[in-house]
Amino acid sequence: MKAAVLVFPGSNREVDVAQAIELVTGRKPQMVWHGDGDFEKTDLIVVPGGFSYGDYLRCGAMAAQSPVMAEVKRRANQGVPVLAICNGFQIVTEAGLLPGTLMRNAHLKFVCRDVHLKVETSQSLFTNRYQADQVIRIPVAHAEGNYFASEDTLKQLEDRGQVAFRYCAPDGAVDAGGNPNGSIRNIAGVFNETKTVMGLMPHPENAVEPMFGGCDGRALFEGLVDALS
Amino acid sequence: MTTPPAKLPNEPVITPQVVAEHGLSPDEYQRVLAIMGRTPTMVELGIFSAMWSEHCSYKSSKVWLRKLPTKAPWVIQGPGENAGVIDIGDGQAAIFKMESHNHPSYIEPYQGAATGVGGILRDVFTMGARPIANLNALRFGDPAHPKTRHLVSGVVAGIGGYGNCMGIPTVGGETNFHAAYNGNILVNAMTVGIAPTDRIFYAAAAGVGNPLVYVGSKTGRDGIHGATMASTEFSEDSEEKRPTVQVGDPFVEKLLLEACLELMATDAIVAIQDMGAAGLTSSSFEMAAKGGLGVIVELDKVPMRETGMNPYELMLSESQERMLIVLKPGREDLARGIFEKWELDFAVIGRLTDTERMVLSWHGDIVGDIPIPPLVTEAPVYERPWTPTRLPPMLAASDVPAPTDWNASLLALMSCPDLASKAWIWHQYDHLIMGNTAIRPQDGDAALVRVPGGHKGLAMTSDCTPRYVQAHPETGGRQAVAEAWRNITAVGARPLAVTDNMNFGNPQKPEIMGQFAGAIMGMAEACQMLDFPVVSGNVSLYNETEGRPILPTPTIGAVGVIDDIACAVGSRITTDGLAIVLVGETTGWLGQSLYLREACGREDGAPPPVDLAVERRNGDFVRAQIASRRIVACHDLSDGGLLVGLAEMCLAGGTGAQVALPGDNAVASHAFLYGEDQARYLVACNSGEEMVQAARAAGVPATILGYSGGASLEVEGLLSLRLDDLRSAHEAWLPRYMNATD
Amino acid sequence: MKARVHVTLKNGVLDPQGKAIGHSLNRLGFAEVGDVRQGKFIELELAETDATKARARLDEMCRKLLANTVIENYSIELVG
Repeated sequence: MKAAVLVFPGSNREVDVAQAIELVTGRKPQMVWHGDGDFEKTDLIVVPGGFSYGDYLRCGAMAAQSPVMAEVKRRANQGVPVLAICNGFQIVTEAGLLPGTLMRNAHLKFVCRDVHLKVETSQSLFTNRYQADQVIRIPVAHAEGNYFASEDTLKQLEDRGQVAFRYCAPDGAVDAGGNPNGSIRNIAGVFNETKTVMGLMPHPENAVEPMFGGCDGRALFEGLVDALS
Repeated sequence: MTTPPAKLPNEPVITPQVVAEHGLSPDEYQRVLAIMGRTPTMVELGIFSAMWSEHCSYKSSKVWLRKLPTKAPWVIQGPGENAGVIDIGDGQAAIFKMESHNHPSYIEPYQGAATGVGGILRDVFTMGARPIANLNALRFGDPAHPKTRHLVSGVVAGIGGYGNCMGIPTVGGETNFHAAYNGNILVNAMTVGIAPTDRIFYAAAAGVGNPLVYVGSKTGRDGIHGATMASTEFSEDSEEKRPTVQVGDPFVEKLLLEACLELMATDAIVAIQDMGAAGLTSSSFEMAAKGGLGVIVELDKVPMRETGMNPYELMLSESQERMLIVLKPGREDLARGIFEKWELDFAVIGRLTDTERMVLSWHGDIVGDIPIPPLVTEAPVYERPWTPTRLPPMLAASDVPAPTDWNASLLALMSCPDLASKAWIWHQYDHLIMGNTAIRPQDGDAALVRVPGGHKGLAMTSDCTPRYVQAHPETGGRQAVAEAWRNITAVGARPLAVTDNMNFGNPQKPEIMGQFAGAIMGMAEACQMLDFPVVSGNVSLYNETEGRPILPTPTIGAVGVIDDIACAVGSRITTDGLAIVLVGETTGWLGQSLYLREACGREDGAPPPVDLAVERRNGDFVRAQIASRRIVACHDLSDGGLLVGLAEMCLAGGTGAQVALPGDNAVASHAFLYGEDQARYLVACNSGEEMVQAARAAGVPATILGYSGGASLEVEGLLSLRLDDLRSAHEAWLPRYMNATD
Repeated sequence: MKARVHVTLKNGVLDPQGKAIGHSLNRLGFAEVGDVRQGKFIELELAETDATKARARLDEMCRKLLANTVIENYSIELVG
């Protein structure tokens, strides 16, 4: 699997995700600078976490207008898989690649801690190494991860199986206690209609080694390797 | 005698009042006149004022700081540079320092704390290091004080806001509350970075004619000290009050970090220095002074954020996210290209000279001309009078009542402000970014971070027990160092070096100076005995309001290394059937204990004595046992004593324990369980007998107290608490306090 | 000319910051304060003299960048 990881000036988890990809594929992904509208063809594009351009107007709003994102949109529309994590998720929703938006956390504070996620489906490039309804534990780290979409959009997402992960309690119960940021219907990650683009707030790239946060995020990358190699 | 420089329009007259407003005593001003041979201009006066301030000159503390040991074979750079540098093997160096931002954080908690983090990060990456971890030590006033909640909320958000955006994990620290900090909170921030030992950058300028380059953000009127209000009439738009609080922009700092590291990978840099306190003044001055050179600065070339700025403001502004660099000749275009790529300002603002003078020009006129060497050699140094603090009488356990309800006593201690879980705080810090955090906050005595690209780990901690220092500074200073050493040891790492952040009251009071002197003497002795040199530090004095000083707080930041991070242990008890072994001697020392304060409402007695030879013996034993994989979890015993330590281990790992006092114990139960004797560890291991035998062979006292298991914590005949109840008490206090609406 | 853009959350979108402000005001004794909505205020200098053209451009700026129309409304005010 050949992967590209976008780098905005304020990206800061691009190294983490590049290391996770290297760990499972044995090769370093290509790092693509934000001004670069023409980069090598890859099997996967990753939009990583961070603060893109400082995120001063709205998270991801300016990055969504960058030259590199114009190219990502074009390739995504051709079916190239895109994994968008945290700030990446904010950027791709702003860019219109995924429905909904990420608002300020309901408690108004940055939150960094492990959360439990219920895997909604194993039927995707990104989740094929998980079982449906499996509960995994990986960290979140964000101030604006409160997913919101209109009732119509939510209905469509749920009807078409476009919800990828929901925040839950350790026993899998999807309840308010397991929700770290107030996301509507506990949504932590969503797909586009074709399930070739996935955005999620939690950081699977920070859960790939037993001593450093556990391994529950590793299957996401391994699943991508299975599907895209 | 120097040539009088050009007068600026509206140049104010230097009156005794103007001098006083610049914080210079009449005697100090006489020294200025002697050096200059004439009346200084306003900008020159501002420079003397900044350079001879307590913050920049260490004039009250210098004679004492010299007593601290600063050398060891692994020390590459001790105090005097932007940060300390130690060799951690494999061609790598750890670069670290702790610095205070106390007063700004009290005035504007979010920005004060944020810029504190920004400043310490710059100190570390100025030397060529990529920062890999942040820590912070916070002291707030009484939770019941009306300002405390607002200060906690702002400081924590500010630290998080800056570090999180920079992408540096904030992995550890400490937070205390005490009424003595009501009017003066402490915000001490520490950064640890990694650099190759052969790529470390220093501030000493070299090469006459080399260009002096300004990079980063533009200069505004941020943080110009209160003293400079005297020059209001000096300004063209004086109706708008100057912002005295600096505002940070972590996004720009992130760009500055990446741009500097990119430039450092080339061979373009001769010297580099961040613009921190006293901004352009101290950075340009220090570079020239350390290099034995002179400098000419063309102030009109400095990138400015506001219109109508004058030389005085430019020299004293504390605008954030700026750096000063001396480049090799001909490397300007290379450097400009890098900074422009990162969309940062870049300007050649001067050059090095051989005159040993700092010459300031402004649109072609010379507006300042100061000889550099005398500013250092003639700088005031005070041997302030001091009175030692007398050691309070020892408090016998029989003078301290035992709890009537043991369960209630432990619940109360575990939920008191100093011991309650600080998860509400560290959940707001990104402590996982970079993917190298092996021991997270609350899971071990020290934070443990993998050194990128290998198997080594760096352990780091920040420690001080101000109530001990207040009771007896020498003991307290010794204890702060010993506890930091112990915390590094408890995860299995070798303690290497220390950064100190000395927070005290007004040094002109002999009793405060006595606290400072005592703390230094205690620290010096401990650092010496434990081979734990001080490599960097910071002094913050005058922390008092209306004559009420803070508790003396010499915060110790420490770093250690473990060669194989997989051998490290945390403090979590996660499995049943482990033996719980107490290592070290317990005399039941209740003087100055948290039990005494929280359960009895008393802050008296002598603090627990620190026997450094015993510290060393016990610590070396524990570290060796961790290295040989006989220890599964380890926790040093400090605030709250044995029972609190055990409760913390159980809560962290979600496993209960059943223990009993040793059969041969002659110490009163409450003193045994809540006493704060030093040099002690609680370890969980597979074979308690083996551990006790090994300890005996090493001459270290050790006793099996019981075993892990179940869902409750039990002390035979005294206490039985469900972990769930203990957890609720421990975790609820801070969120409830912060969410309260009174 | 100068333009002022106000960006506010749409009705029905939860505004936690607004709620927190309202709560604090109530706490300070301003009991008369009911619902509070928080927004952004952006002031722009434009090299354009024709108000109609300016408005059209600003509308585009709002839709493209300044507001997220999934959750936000905007209003444009031209000054001088």
